Amino acid sequence: MPKVFYTQPDGTVVAVAASPGDSVMATAVRNGVSGVVGQCGGSLSCATCHVYVDEAHRDELGTPGEDEDEMLDCTASDREDSSRLSCQLIIGEGDVHVTVPPEQL
Amino acid sequence: MSRDDDVLVVGAGQAGVQVACLLRDAGHRGAVTLVGEEPVPPYQRPPLSKGFLTGSLGADALALRDQDYWGARDIGLVLGEAVTEVVRGGHGSGRARTDRGRTVAFDRLVLATGATPRRLDVPGGDADGVLTLRTLADAGRLRDRLRAARDVVVVGGGFIGLEVAATAAALGARVVVLEAGSRILGRVVSEATAQHLAAHHHANGVEIRTRARIVEVVTDGGDARAVLTTDGAVRADLVLVGIGAAPRTGLAASLGLRTDGGVVVDEHALASDGTTLAVGDCTVLADPTPWGDGETSVRLESVDHAVEHAATAVRTILGESTPHTAVPWFWSDQGSAKLQIVGLRRPGDVATLRPSGSGRHVVGFHRRGRLVAAEVVGSPAEFMALRTLLGARHPVPVEVFADPEVALRQLAKQARSATVTAR
Repeated sequence: MPKVFYTQPDGTVVAVAASPGDSVMATAVRNGVSGVVGQCGGSLSCATCHVYVDEAHRDELGTPGEDEDEMLDCTASDREDSSRLSCQLIIGEGDVHVTVPPEQL
Repeated sequence: MSRDDDVLVVGAGQAGVQVACLLRDAGHRGAVTLVGEEPVPPYQRPPLSKGFLTGSLGADALALRDQDYWGARDIGLVLGEAVTEVVRGGHGSGRARTDRGRTVAFDRLVLATGATPRRLDVPGGDADGVLTLRTLADAGRLRDRLRAARDVVVVGGGFIGLEVAATAAALGARVVVLEAGSRILGRVVSEATAQHLAAHHHANGVEIRTRARIVEVVTDGGDARAVLTTDGAVRADLVLVGIGAAPRTGLAASLGLRTDGGVVVDEHALASDGTTLAVGDCTVLADPTPWGDGETSVRLESVDHAVEHAATAVRTILGESTPHTAVPWFWSDQGSAKLQIVGLRRPGDVATLRPSGSGRHVVGFHRRGRLVAAEVVGSPAEFMALRTLLGARHPVPVEVFADPEVALRQLAKQARSATVTAR
């Protein structure tokens, strides 16, 4: 079973067992990982699930679609090259490492 | 109120769940019990009219929390039981009894009882093929019937009705929406946005008939066959009624709490006895926006309100008296049209259309020259910028809003850094 590692802004790491096919956002919300809100449930409406993706698996998680790309320009914590909306990050067979930003909208 | 209070939350929808979870996140030490009438673990409602109906999302995907979350957080989750009676002690404490004979003692009671769909009050309005949509069970029935349905009549051109209409049309049904008013979404969006969305639905094969007066649902062997209006009959093998929801205030009323189209709560989410809390869909509160006049009351049915209102209630329980202020926001995916609303519009607000690309629709509402609300279709990034601007109380004059050369995203960025500096 793959795991998602969420690094909090203070450096603490929360590891959560995940199911392939679930999103990084839903996995966080269902397990009460703080800092990932996901208020719209993953319908690309709120951008409250912004995360920074570890360089190691940026390629396997694809690139942002047009709406996601534009929305990333409006996140509460500044956008970086590694920024993604975690509702769009679908977990595969391998582990995923992300960092939670200090602020969500 | 204190961190050691035993809290009972009645209602396991989005607002109730949020109260329970936030209490534990904030380090609450007392017992937290969440009682829900439905036999299934708490779930997200928005996909029930969309992904769940098409089958792209199964029931498992809707869960608000994982199964082992509740135990890990020491939240007592009671499912499939309704609280039918509450006996009060002093200072807000008491004892609740469920329909299965369970008794739960509490120091603090939170009502998150939600709302229940209005039924169609005509002959045949309660027939088997006439459905409403609120719960997972409702959605399951609707999904099963949609598979075989050829003629779907949706009664009510509100959010739920139009979301289901779009889904049913995408599944290949012939869909007619019967709306009693002069246009769709009459209570919830402006004329301009309603027109934009009506055109979208029309292009997707959904027929909308306004000023429709329904006389009867014609049935045969318990199944719907047609909806009879004063203008004639519309063939139907499935009728979805989406004519709004009534707040569930029975328990509040039995406790002697003031209700007026919802459980009346103050800015701390406290009901009229000053100790019982109420949150979300079942409540009525003063307009919480920074531009509210303190007199206009609103009942808000949205995920955002459930979440924010729960946060206010939790602060009250923990003894932090931060009044509830918010710029509410809302979304509705109607087929491929993503509608997003922020702020609360009021009659007399000036509507301004912002020039935007094809398929996109952005309209703002100004009150005394200040942007107070916006409606956006198909432009989530612009919506986020507007949400940020309203949240930062950035004024955005009409001429700035209407100028396509002004990048709202840039403006939002400035507003955000100004807010951060001001802190």
